Amino acid sequence: MAYSFPEEVLEYVFSFINSDKDRNAVSLVCKSWYEIERWCRRRIFIGNCYAVTPGIMVRRFPEIRSVEIKGKPHFADFNLVPEGWGGYVYPWVVAMSRAYPWLEEIRLKRMVVSDECLELISKSFKNFKVLVMSSCEGFSTDGLASIVANCRNLKELDLRESEVEDLSGHWLSHFPDTCTSLVSLNIACLASEVSFSALERLVSRCPNLKSLQLNRAVPLEKLPNLLRGAPQLVELGTGAYSAELRPELLSNLFDAFTVCKELKGLSGFWDVVPAYLPAIYPVCNGLTSLNLSYATIQSPDISKLISQCQNLERLWVLDYIEDSGLDILATCCKNLEELRVFPSDPYGVEQNVALTEQGLVSVSEGCPKLQSVLYFCRRMSNAALVTIARNRPNLIRFRLCIIEARATDYLTLEPLDAGFGAIVENCRELRRLSLSGLLTDRVFEYIGKHAKKLEMLSIAFAGDGDLGLHHVLSGCESLRKLEIRDSPFGDKALLANAAKLETMRSLWMSSCSVSYGACKLLGQRLPRLNVEVIDERGTPESRPESCPIEKLYIYRTVAGPRFDTPGFIWTMDEEGNTPLGIA
Amino acid sequence: MEQESHVMKATELRLGLPGSDEPVKKSNNKRASSEMNNNLSNAEKEDHQESPVPPTKTQVVGWPPVRAYRKNVLRQKKTEADSSGMYVKVSMDGAPFLRKIDLKVYNNYTELLKAFENMFKCTIGVYCEKEGYNGSEDALTYEDKDGDWMLAGDVPWEMFIGSCRRMRIMKASEAKGLGCL
Repeated sequence: MAYSFPEEVLEYVFSFINSDKDRNAVSLVCKSWYEIERWCRRRIFIGNCYAVTPGIMVRRFPEIRSVEIKGKPHFADFNLVPEGWGGYVYPWVVAMSRAYPWLEEIRLKRMVVSDECLELISKSFKNFKVLVMSSCEGFSTDGLASIVANCRNLKELDLRESEVEDLSGHWLSHFPDTCTSLVSLNIACLASEVSFSALERLVSRCPNLKSLQLNRAVPLEKLPNLLRGAPQLVELGTGAYSAELRPELLSNLFDAFTVCKELKGLSGFWDVVPAYLPAIYPVCNGLTSLNLSYATIQSPDISKLISQCQNLERLWVLDYIEDSGLDILATCCKNLEELRVFPSDPYGVEQNVALTEQGLVSVSEGCPKLQSVLYFCRRMSNAALVTIARNRPNLIRFRLCIIEARATDYLTLEPLDAGFGAIVENCRELRRLSLSGLLTDRVFEYIGKHAKKLEMLSIAFAGDGDLGLHHVLSGCESLRKLEIRDSPFGDKALLANAAKLETMRSLWMSSCSVSYGACKLLGQRLPRLNVEVIDERGTPESRPESCPIEKLYIYRTVAGPRFDTPGFIWTMDEEGNTPLGIA
Repeated sequence: MEQESHVMKATELRLGLPGSDEPVKKSNNKRASSEMNNNLSNAEKEDHQESPVPPTKTQVVGWPPVRAYRKNVLRQKKTEADSSGMYVKVSMDGAPFLRKIDLKVYNNYTELLKAFENMFKCTIGVYCEKEGYNGSEDALTYEDKDGDWMLAGDVPWEMFIGSCRRMRIMKASEAKGLGCL
């Protein structure tokens, strides 16, 4: 019986339960478990910063030590979300600065962070340890200076792909000489040169430093000394990997890498001069993760490198690897779990490299543990997709981007419905899928029928009409995030499946055929959703209700409509009134 | 062979208005995407103002889905690699001396033709499918990476400067042969 255990015992038991799902389940058992659980929850994950308010969070969970918050929708990565959309972290930091003096970790993704915000963080939390900002923007290197100067116990500073206003590299010198706590430092996205001597001293006095990702401005000559100062590194991102050919630098670098016995991950490699690649041979066999996606080296050099990395689990690479390089990958790297192939010339009209669907087929044949794929290519066939699906039923993530929109099966000139159909039918554990090529409603029929574990689906330039969307919304039981662009989906499917939207995190639709009238209806019927109409042509009230809107973002929320929307966003009102928003 | 490729092109499924792929037929570098894509966001407009690299194809916002920081890295690499300039020899039939020009200085065919017209005091015609070459105009040709002599203007600018090794301004009467299918 729940009431016969003292609270302390329950708390102790709950401390072993760390997954959010389980914690949420625990809190629903009964009132006393809800109460006990809320007092001992230390970590919280907020997948959509507008689904809940900071106030609600701090009221329910008074003892949080670690917060993770996500802001803008995924399509913001591709410039589809207009500037000023939102995702401001400031209100969160203000609320937490009052409620959580012992906060240790903040992890943000696609949020707008200001320098004031960073300063507030650095001054409010005495034991602050971890700051990870993934694809964030709005701050400058001044903000970073506050963090490193004031956070005495800083363990992680990770700026993953954020857009930082880079005023100078001077911020790094604000690390106090007494700072020895650093475990992870990622400044790869910064352009400015930091003081190398400050960096060297910092690196060598932090014995627990496991992950160091330098920026491009750190020249290759500096790398050997840095490595010698941190032989315990597990992850390294090099700076620019080029220099004039000097044998003594090559051997110096080689010797430095020899000392790094723990190195498992390598990245960086901007401006690669192939002659310096042999310097990393000492660590190749131990590598599990290799990111060559900035390395403009050709297939033979890539292949030589890969053939030495027999334990590789993750490879990110440019399409310079070509089919021949992927064949070698398939032969040599039997532990490969994740492959991402990025386009070297995404806007070029013609194929500039010999990379086709064949490369992916080879890898699917040769790598039995392959579960995560992101692949950019210029042609695909149903036959190849069927082969891949049959080879790899264990796929979890499959994101294929055939560069030309609406490209057909290059052999039969048919849509690629059958190919993607085979993927969802064979890969029963598929959680994420991105489609491309010419697709009719048929592919959505297959997806609705088979993709029962699918959580995230990305659709572009696909489908014939509402039926396609209806298949997805009515069939995909596990769907959490759906993002659609330039597809002829409209009102009928949305209105028929309105209730489904409350079971999902969010729906994004841009350049589709959803009318303003339908949006108003949705807003009325589903008060627990925010239905945001994004339209830069001016208020939708000035056009007929049947007129399609530009962009639509729908998400479930307990916070009600937000009040930080810019002038081009209108939130549909529950009462069906003139929508909230600045006119 | 050429006819086959023409037919393939005509039936090829592409995203774009018919005839909108190669942007230069007659000093016309109008971006077809402004008609095609009425969803140009402000973000994309800003993007294009900052980056002078001309599009090689009608560009749709956010497609292919490559993140901005990746685009920037690759673009930076390209410009760094070519920062030394791209000088090619130019000969003009009947002129005693050859000239050298830096192709990197120009952004499109129009600017290049203008430069030639000033340099050589000639009028260079652009091949037009219907009319062929006007008898009184000269034609601009170039030798590509494979050693073939090509009529300038068929391929997108970026592709042209990538493959052009030298150029020759031909008398129109000779150029007619090049232009025939």
